Amino acid sequence: MTNTGFVFDVLIPVGKIVAVILYPLLMTIVMIWLERRVVALMQKRLGPNRVGFQGILQPFADAFKLFLKEDIMQDQADPLLFKVAPVMVMFSSLLAFCFVPLGEPIRIGTYRLTLWIAQSPVGLLLVLGLSSISVFGVIFGGWASNSKYPLMGALRSVVQILSYEIPIGLTALSVVFFARSIDLVEIVNHQSRAKIWFGFMLPVSFVVFWISAIAETNRAPFDLPEAESELVAGYHTEYSGMKFAFFYIAEYAHMVLVSSLVVLMFFGGWLAPFPNVPALAFLKVIPGFFWYLIKIMFFLYLYVWIRATLPRYRFDELIRLAWKWLIPLSLVNFLVAALLWYIL
Amino acid sequence: MSFKDIELNMGPQHPSTHGVLRLKVSVDNELVLKIEPVVGYLHRGMEKLWESLTYAQVVPMTDRLDYIAAVSNNLAYVLAVEKLMGLEVPKRAQYIRVILAEIQRLASHLAWVGFMANDIGAVSVLLFGFEDREDFLDILETYAGGRLTVHGLRVGGVPYDLDDALIVRIRKSLDELPKKIKDIETLLTKNRIWRHRTEGIGLISAAEAIEHGLTGPALRASGVAWDIRKDIPYSSYEDFDFDVPVLHGGDVYDRYLVRLEEIRQSTGIIRQALDKLPAGEIMAKVPRILKIPAGEVFHSIEAPKGELGFYVRSNGTDKPERVKMKSPSFINLQSLPLMCRGNLFSDIVGILGSLDIVLGEIDK
Amino acid sequence: MPDVEIDRPDLEKVREALVERFGAVILETSYAHKELSFRVRKEDLLAVLGFLKTDQGFNALNDMIGLDRGRDPGQSPGVQFRGTRPEIQTTGEWRAEGSSLDHPAPLGEGRKRFSVLYQLYRFPGFQRVRVVVDLGEGEAVDSIVPLYRSADWAEREIFDMFGIPFAGHQDLRRIYMSDEFVGHPLRKDFPLEGNEECLSKI
Repeated sequence: MTNTGFVFDVLIPVGKIVAVILYPLLMTIVMIWLERRVVALMQKRLGPNRVGFQGILQPFADAFKLFLKEDIMQDQADPLLFKVAPVMVMFSSLLAFCFVPLGEPIRIGTYRLTLWIAQSPVGLLLVLGLSSISVFGVIFGGWASNSKYPLMGALRSVVQILSYEIPIGLTALSVVFFARSIDLVEIVNHQSRAKIWFGFMLPVSFVVFWISAIAETNRAPFDLPEAESELVAGYHTEYSGMKFAFFYIAEYAHMVLVSSLVVLMFFGGWLAPFPNVPALAFLKVIPGFFWYLIKIMFFLYLYVWIRATLPRYRFDELIRLAWKWLIPLSLVNFLVAALLWYIL
Repeated sequence: MSFKDIELNMGPQHPSTHGVLRLKVSVDNELVLKIEPVVGYLHRGMEKLWESLTYAQVVPMTDRLDYIAAVSNNLAYVLAVEKLMGLEVPKRAQYIRVILAEIQRLASHLAWVGFMANDIGAVSVLLFGFEDREDFLDILETYAGGRLTVHGLRVGGVPYDLDDALIVRIRKSLDELPKKIKDIETLLTKNRIWRHRTEGIGLISAAEAIEHGLTGPALRASGVAWDIRKDIPYSSYEDFDFDVPVLHGGDVYDRYLVRLEEIRQSTGIIRQALDKLPAGEIMAKVPRILKIPAGEVFHSIEAPKGELGFYVRSNGTDKPERVKMKSPSFINLQSLPLMCRGNLFSDIVGILGSLDIVLGEIDK
Repeated sequence: MPDVEIDRPDLEKVREALVERFGAVILETSYAHKELSFRVRKEDLLAVLGFLKTDQGFNALNDMIGLDRGRDPGQSPGVQFRGTRPEIQTTGEWRAEGSSLDHPAPLGEGRKRFSVLYQLYRFPGFQRVRVVVDLGEGEAVDSIVPLYRSADWAEREIFDMFGIPFAGHQDLRRIYMSDEFVGHPLRKDFPLEGNEECLSKI
């Protein structure tokens, strides 16, 4: 009995923690490869295809290189904040993953293995809140570098993140309103019961959420703070070696997190598509976890596709877009959706 | 924390300054107060060197001035020397020169659209522009042996003839070009983000532009219909029928549109030249050791970047006494502070890109 | 003044207007290779250029060209300018090597060593005209930046390469060479390989 107690109470949670920490890191590795290969192919060139099969080991080569690089810190940098900044950014991204479910519970014998570390009735709120801690990391990084360019980049980044948090919150609110719950698992279950995904019920919410998500993660076309042609590299200019790797990985982890949220909230999480069509019932054979992965991969691909295509927004345009368009739109959207719910 | 009167340095090494250009920028919280370009990092002493070379030896060195459009430099120099000699170049050679110069204009503008889009963030267009340019660089390589520093002309004519295979290749590349331009245009011209970044930015009026000596597409985008190919035709340009695009906005977006339209017009000129190519010699009778009696001459052409001119002064020997190059980018860059007034720091790269400067010809 | 044959009516009109207005101020008119050029004294430069700009419509400055006719061997090297302020500072003998001196052109009847050529362009109208000013060692000429803004860097370039100072120029610094450089590279007595200062920095 003590053995099973040990297994259930200690091993499985520890296993889950390890898995949930490894999951974004692994996805980051896949993302690094995906981005370079896909952007290259869109630009009529090949991208890294030598290291390993089709270049799949390239991210490992990059990580190895960054590991060996000299860790430079200038004399005028604030030592504590300089070192804390990358840790902070990484920490917030990984911590938020504790509340993100990865699939529906799996039955192993009589045991129901839940694919999340914790399920909280306010899961969505916690995830959004924890991922906002990364703002501190950005500010610390820009400030502690004690140099003009990183500071300008950090300030721009912070304004951008804060501005776009609001449409994210408002559109998430519309989903929460319909699902009658802030729990991420419940939101997916509601979509399963309603037999329709929120992405189709609330398309405007989805679009606004997606645009704001791209701006949150500092990705093109909203990547002015780190555009090479302008401010060298923004708030992480002065970083090198593993500290830079942390910023880099944290950005991708944040992208994976945001994609997960989009999939969970708007596209049914781990649900198979077309549940109403009996002819496609075989789709349910594929476990939910794989559907989830496929959908996340689609949104990560969308990130890369947009990056290769669009020019960059200028900073004032970026902020104007948030405050003049997305925020009012998401407010109006919420009101309209609520009204429709009462009427119908 | 405010950035009042902070002086920032877009140093000689920077991904977007198109060469070793240093920009000293004073900003007030993003608004550009003062911008001062500092040049001279690529100064190679060309003019001094030319005084110790023969007239023919100078020609390959002119490739290195505007290295994106090498044949234009060659053309300006050989035309100036031929004017000094009073030499009449055979018609066939003149037509071949026009074909080469216009191919070079296409290549230069395609590279330009790539650089400019990359600076504003549309990273794929850089690759598209350069890939489309490859066809034309291959044609130049087949003709003269060089892709970048072509040395495609000689004093008195052109060194090689266009054989039928090459003419077929040129026509094929011209036929494929409109679709490639359309791909680039689909990504940029009507794109909302692109228009936000380029419309109303970098304004300069027609009067200011002439006052500052601006030439080239930047001038034509401000409403001044000044094109040396039409105003003071050289090398048989008067035989060809083409339009000179002139817009009136004077901003970055108009300069972009003018250059795209020039690409289309250039394809028309090349086709006309190929259709009407006369038979004849490709090289006039020029002595091996070229000695030109004393005199001075100034001749300029419409290069892709503006009005490119050479002042050549001879003293009866086989080496020129003085060769001075009037470089369009040198003069165009002086109007950068004027164009940047009232704009934000992020616009500087866009404006600089729209001026289309090359440090090789600024610094000689 | 010797009568020069000009076969282009538009340029002939320019010459007539100039002669009518300035008379003997125009020292010499020459017309070769279909290009018209006038030589004036440096004191009259601004007046002549101003007239050409406002009255004759030559609204653009194409280029400014500096010329060095070389000094007769045996003459002192003259003035060299150092740094950002044109202080007059004489230096020692240079090594007289390099092909620039293979054929030192004799200065001839009172012609001075340097010339500055102003190439003007008229738009619309499409004609060019050249105005030439002769200068001796260390002589300054008025800056034409108030008339043509694009002369700003052109004058800095001529100052850098020849050592001709421009009076009234707001910011006369070297443009190509580094600020502490001594010497003026395009002068005929400056060796092609560079002077000790250049070589010491390699």
